[in-house]
Amino acid sequence: MARAAAEDVKVLGHLLSPFVIRVLIAFRLKRVEYELVDVRLAEPKSEILVKSNPVYKMIPVLLHRGKPICESAVIVQYIDEEWSDDGGSSSILPADPFDRAIARFWAVYIDDKLPYLIRALRWEKEAAKVTELVGQFRQVLGRLEQAFTECGKGKGFFGGDAVGYLDIALGSCLGWIMTLEKGKSVKLLDAEELPLLAGWAERFLAEESVKGLVPDADEHLKIYEVATARTSATPAA
Amino acid sequence: MAGTATEDVKVLGLALSPFVIRVRIALRLKRVEYEFVEVRFAEPKSEILVKSNPVYKKIPVLLHRGKPICESTVIVQYIDEEWTDGSGSSSILPADPFDRAIARFWAVYIDDKLLALIWALRPEKEAAKVTELTRQFRKVLGLLEEAFPECGKGKGFFGGDAIGYLDIALGSCLGWIRALEKDKSVKILDAEELPRLAEWAERFMAEESVKGLVPEADEYPKLYAAAVASQ
Repeated sequence: MARAAAEDVKVLGHLLSPFVIRVLIAFRLKRVEYELVDVRLAEPKSEILVKSNPVYKMIPVLLHRGKPICESAVIVQYIDEEWSDDGGSSSILPADPFDRAIARFWAVYIDDKLPYLIRALRWEKEAAKVTELVGQFRQVLGRLEQAFTECGKGKGFFGGDAVGYLDIALGSCLGWIMTLEKGKSVKLLDAEELPLLAGWAERFLAEESVKGLVPDADEHLKIYEVATARTSATPAA
Repeated sequence: MAGTATEDVKVLGLALSPFVIRVRIALRLKRVEYEFVEVRFAEPKSEILVKSNPVYKKIPVLLHRGKPICESTVIVQYIDEEWTDGSGSSSILPADPFDRAIARFWAVYIDDKLLALIWALRPEKEAAKVTELTRQFRKVLGLLEEAFPECGKGKGFFGGDAIGYLDIALGSCLGWIRALEKDKSVKILDAEELPRLAEWAERFMAEESVKGLVPEADEYPKLYAAAVASQ
């Protein structure tokens, strides 16, 4: 299917957000050009953000022919359905309804657990609490390690031979996972404990559709340290 | 498509759960026969529940040919995709990708805001807090009132001529909304403030696919007490 003109497709957001990264990977998989528009998230928020996502005022927002779609899981499914080539070769969700249900379930699980753990670990300074959060994080990844074989059916990705919905849902979080490992000197995606996920992560980050969209730990860490320092320096309200 | 044999399709749940009601409405829309298996949700949970939903141990769970599917929105979409008749006539999600995205978005919103308000309001006894929660509730419903014409395109349901994904997501909560209005003596789905939703609610509750699945308001206290009772 011919690529949509870049003016047709805008994504509001930036590369620090796993939710935004998901949308961009999905577009790459469909070979659809887009314009990435950075927006101000702190008050006062960018007008375009408030106008196109009045309910949540959060990123990502997809603007397709001017019409906004919000919530990363909703956007990714929209991309899959709108730019469907019917032959299914670039399909993001699996073809079989049961496989789709399993992929959706684990994506719900990831969004239920990981964003909270990433946020909590990022700001936690107390050693005992960091250890506790790391334990929870590894438990969550442990479940996904167990699910990997069933989902991928022995192939290299959760989606089988190619990156799919669940790969995107989890893979988009790898930037933060690597950053936290480095920043907090902890092991989250431990190759000994989670060999399948460790192998999968390497393959995922090497994918053409992913390259350049997940900041590497050093870049990420730089941005993260600046943001953390800025926040700590803010005088108490 | 002919109804599949009852042994093929089981739903684990309890009658008062909006999440469970969603699944049952969806199966009714597709004319799929199923066995409704009431489970113990309070500890100790039913073994079949723990076995088929080890991650969350929550209801509903759909067991299709013995394979479990969890999370109500995931299940409803599975039902829509598994029992499709190709012509799209009994489709639960809209046909157009943009309309599907809008329906999914509002369902996410409902699960994010509305359910939390139900659980918060239920046990609340302090008058000021009840007033505040009711206000928040009406604000949330207010956004859905505004969204109604865009989604339904002027027809009687969010899904248009027939009930669809978003009707199910919201309508499954009507039992609890009415139960709370009665128990707390408050108005949540106020017909003056939310005229479109009030009329929509009447139409929804009158639908064949819905009848009997949403308990009456005064049944909720008993159903709830039974659901949380320790053995």
